[in-house]
Amino acid sequence: MNIGVCAKISPHADARIKIKSDGSGVDTKGEKLVVGDYDEYAVEEAIRTKEAHKGAVTAFTVGATSDEKLVRSGALALGVDKAVLISDDAAVNAGPLGTAKLLAAAIKEAGCEIVFTGKAATDDGNSQVSAMIAELLGWAQVSQVTKFAIEGTSFTATRAMDAGVLQIVSGSLPVVITCEDGLNDPRYPKLPDIMKAKRKPLSKIGAGDLGLADVAATSSESNFAPPPPRPASRIIEGDAASAAQELVRLLREEAKVI
Amino acid sequence: MFQLTEDQVDLAEAVAGFCRETLAPTVEADDEHQVFRPELFRAMGEQGFLGVPTPEEHGGLGLGYFEYCVVLEEIAKVSASYAVTVAVNGLPQVILGQFGTEEQKAEWLPKLAAGEALGAFALSEPESGSDAGAMKTTAERRGDTYVLNGTKFWITHGGVADIYICMARTGGPGPKGVSAFILPGDATGLSFGKKENKMGLRASPTVELVLDDVVIPAANRIGEEGFGFNVAMAALDSGRITIAASGVGLSQAALDYAGVYATERKQFKKPIIDFQGVSFMLADMACKIESSRLLVHKAAWLRDQGLPYANIAAMAKCVATDTAMSVTTDAVQVLGGYGYTKEHPVERYMRDAKVMQIVEGTNQIQRLVIGRHLKRGWMR
Ligand SMILES: Cc1cc2nc3c(=O)[nH]c(=O)nc-3n(C[C@H](O)[C@H](O)[C@H](O)COP(=O)(O)OP(=O)(O)OC[C@H]3O[C@@H](n4cnc5c(N)ncnc54)[C@H](O)[C@@H]3O)c2cc1C
Repeated sequence: MNIGVCAKISPHADARIKIKSDGSGVDTKGEKLVVGDYDEYAVEEAIRTKEAHKGAVTAFTVGATSDEKLVRSGALALGVDKAVLISDDAAVNAGPLGTAKLLAAAIKEAGCEIVFTGKAATDDGNSQVSAMIAELLGWAQVSQVTKFAIEGTSFTATRAMDAGVLQIVSGSLPVVITCEDGLNDPRYPKLPDIMKAKRKPLSKIGAGDLGLADVAATSSESNFAPPPPRPASRIIEGDAASAAQELVRLLREEAKVI
Repeated sequence: MFQLTEDQVDLAEAVAGFCRETLAPTVEADDEHQVFRPELFRAMGEQGFLGVPTPEEHGGLGLGYFEYCVVLEEIAKVSASYAVTVAVNGLPQVILGQFGTEEQKAEWLPKLAAGEALGAFALSEPESGSDAGAMKTTAERRGDTYVLNGTKFWITHGGVADIYICMARTGGPGPKGVSAFILPGDATGLSFGKKENKMGLRASPTVELVLDDVVIPAANRIGEEGFGFNVAMAALDSGRITIAASGVGLSQAALDYAGVYATERKQFKKPIIDFQGVSFMLADMACKIESSRLLVHKAAWLRDQGLPYANIAAMAKCVATDTAMSVTTDAVQVLGGYGYTKEHPVERYMRDAKVMQIVEGTNQIQRLVIGRHLKRGWMR
């Protein structure tokens, strides 16, 4: 099976986010970068699919040329076989639609039958790209998947809906699977695989190599600002019974959440 | 050598991630109840932590002692017991790699490096610790076999190991009468005495071996008869680097814990780190750790270059483990009364640090080794 996985390099979930002085975006200089949280599930599921059904996994990343190291440590070292890093200026400045066009073209060229992506990127959290890839390729897409299996050319995916409701979706390949928290337990790279990952094939290409001329963002972002500081927490005094009563009252009357 | 390469940083991060998620949750309870988990050892084998300097053709990673130290430091930040497990399991690998026959290497190295076999090293006895050359355990040649009799004390992994490198006397008194043997864990006549109830390193089993007419094939001897003490000392020269690296990890964990605590704990309306008395203590801890790490890295580097390293390894062991003792003690001090309780890990760090000044040659013995090296240089 020819399996693809899209992995975006984003700041680590514990990173202290700094905003550029002109407010034009987030300053990731000196920040610890990793394959995004949800994309980790996608990488893991792609590898498990390969282990169960044979074949090979290709990782696709739109990002900076310096992302190579992180694609190696965060995907190739775990068992992904090769990687495509789309990293020219056009790619770096592509918006969600442009990114999806680049990824869809690269996926098509690689001949994948199934593609895993994270539910959202850890940084901008747009949740747009996977649906767009599916649309551009004319494939099915299943979002928020927490359980997944393939049999022959058909698949069954469980979606986590609100309020604990599960929806089971089945269909046939090709498909884009968008991975949700809890789908699997991502593995750690084994030390020998870290060494081997340095030698695995990784091709760096640009938008032009995929025959795409215009992938520039159609919207722009500005005025980034930190969230307002959190108000100090409040301690409710008293014994457990009366404190609980007071807590419920505050949640209902002040916070109006229940 | 003054900065980790990208590859070494990747190794360190992979080890740290595994230890944080898989090892850390077991540490507190296993310290309390003295539990060793063979499944954690095997998992470390699967991750590739166990044969870092063992050649690739024998199932290891084929890297240097430098990388080995980087890995051990990360493990020791989470658990000194498992750092010692990795270090002790490394001793049979370094011994067989250096002195073993091709058959001995082929049989044991891949298993030890993969975590399919747990290794141990049996030198000490009830009456011979620092003076290991005075051991009493005997190995008597009978045809194609040796028959071993005696008692080994303080054996890490005793009772759970699959292979012990056991030193026993085949000749006259003193170090020259000692030979080294591969003693399988399931050998007939091998039994286990008491498991020590220890102050620290409590997830690492320390057990007495009783050898009562244990028969092993003569092919299990490592090197010539009478060569066993050299085997043991060569292993300890390398082993000292690994204990030193573990000491650095333990110290770093203690400093990091104390440092974060000191920025959060307030007295007299200020974080205590803003009192010079506390920040100078943290600064001294950091200075000692940094210099220990440099010494450990130098010892490992010398070994990797094929240069003489025994003297620097002894210095590294001494400095890094004396540092671990002082830094962990100060970490408890930074936490005050809270540091003295099991609510915080620093009291465990302090208990674990103590043993590092004792194993693989006490720090007095390290100084004796260093002094002898110095004297040799000065003698005309
Ligand atoms: C947790 C633990 C795990 C261990 N694991 C192993 C293992 O796996 N395999 C193994 O073979 N052994 C192991 N040992 C044993 C360890 O190597 C010995 O405890 C150590 O060598 C010291 O020997 P001893 O305890 O008999 O102390 P002794 O040799 O009796 O020393 C007592 C004191 O005298 C000092 N002293 C002795 N001789 C001199 C001298 N010439 N000059 C100055 N001071 C001196 C020592 O430094 C020490 O302070 C382990 C010990 C412990 C505590």
